[in-house]
Amino acid sequence: MLNKNEVAPDFELFATPDQKLSLHQLRGKNVILAFYPADWSPVCGDQMTLYNEMLNYFKKYNAELLGVSVDSKWCHAAFTRDRKLHFSLLADFHPKGEVAKKYGVYNEKEGQCERALFVINAEGNITWSYLSPIAVNPGADGIIEALEKIKQPQLVK
Amino acid sequence: MAKLTPPINKNDHVQGPPDGIVTLVEYGDYQCPHCGAAFPIVKQIEKAFVKNLRFAFRHFPLSNVHQYAFPAAIAAEAAARQGKFWEMHDMIFEQQSLLNEYALLEFAKEVGLKIPAFKMDLRDPKLAEKVEADFESGVRSGVNGTPSFFINGDKHDGPFDYATLASAVEEKMRRVHVTR
Repeated sequence: MLNKNEVAPDFELFATPDQKLSLHQLRGKNVILAFYPADWSPVCGDQMTLYNEMLNYFKKYNAELLGVSVDSKWCHAAFTRDRKLHFSLLADFHPKGEVAKKYGVYNEKEGQCERALFVINAEGNITWSYLSPIAVNPGADGIIEALEKIKQPQLVK
Repeated sequence: MAKLTPPINKNDHVQGPPDGIVTLVEYGDYQCPHCGAAFPIVKQIEKAFVKNLRFAFRHFPLSNVHQYAFPAAIAAEAAARQGKFWEMHDMIFEQQSLLNEYALLEFAKEVGLKIPAFKMDLRDPKLAEKVEADFESGVRSGVNGTPSFFINGDKHDGPFDYATLASAVEEKMRRVHVTR
């Protein structure tokens, strides 16, 4: 699993059925990457429901939240609609788990992502990462602490 | 282990003896069915530990999934302005299946609130700020769903059936006795 001070590997994944999102597009913003095993499973559902309520807090820290699982873009679209999610879920679907593997959080045995969190600063470096037990919803206290530690970037003239 | 942040303070709604040696804090959502299920269990705990336990409730409304959770929290805070937080709190959980904005007004009448003042307070942004501050404190404390319980500041992980909660409270009481 990638750690603090390592460069966050770039990626490009579907965020909606017809739109891709890449990490480098978010340069200048802090990014929270939340890898999780699967849409629809109870714990993940709670975790994403929780984060969905926190978007305003994340925004205060100039941070964008992205969920990542190996579910397909259509599955994500249905899950997003059902849970009224207001942030992007990325489909690490093809080749399966490629991005999770780059971050060292792919579970080969189960064929899904681990439950892992990364906070990436505006320069694209990882400032905090956390691997949660698969059945435990890690909450967001660690994310908030990590964001507080990131100094807000100086405005470029 | 996740810690209650900030600790119990003057902004909290607290029931039970002020010098209670165990403090149980719940982060809850008035529309959450699990919180509804926890409500009678908490009452039972309060009764069983009546001499030693304080109970505080903080708001953690999941507004995207529960549309009346936030209005209900505001209504409880408005009731608090008239000294009837707990009456409203109990009423909302007891009548959870009826919850909507109209029902909140009925509940307010039922618990004997002065309605014009209640209606005015509902629009006071300070109450929304209080609810949001509760939510933010929950985030910082490591709340990962509702209900989340803290016993003497430590997050209670695991189920919240009566036996589990009661033994967690007893465990904390024993520890306090040892250190005193």
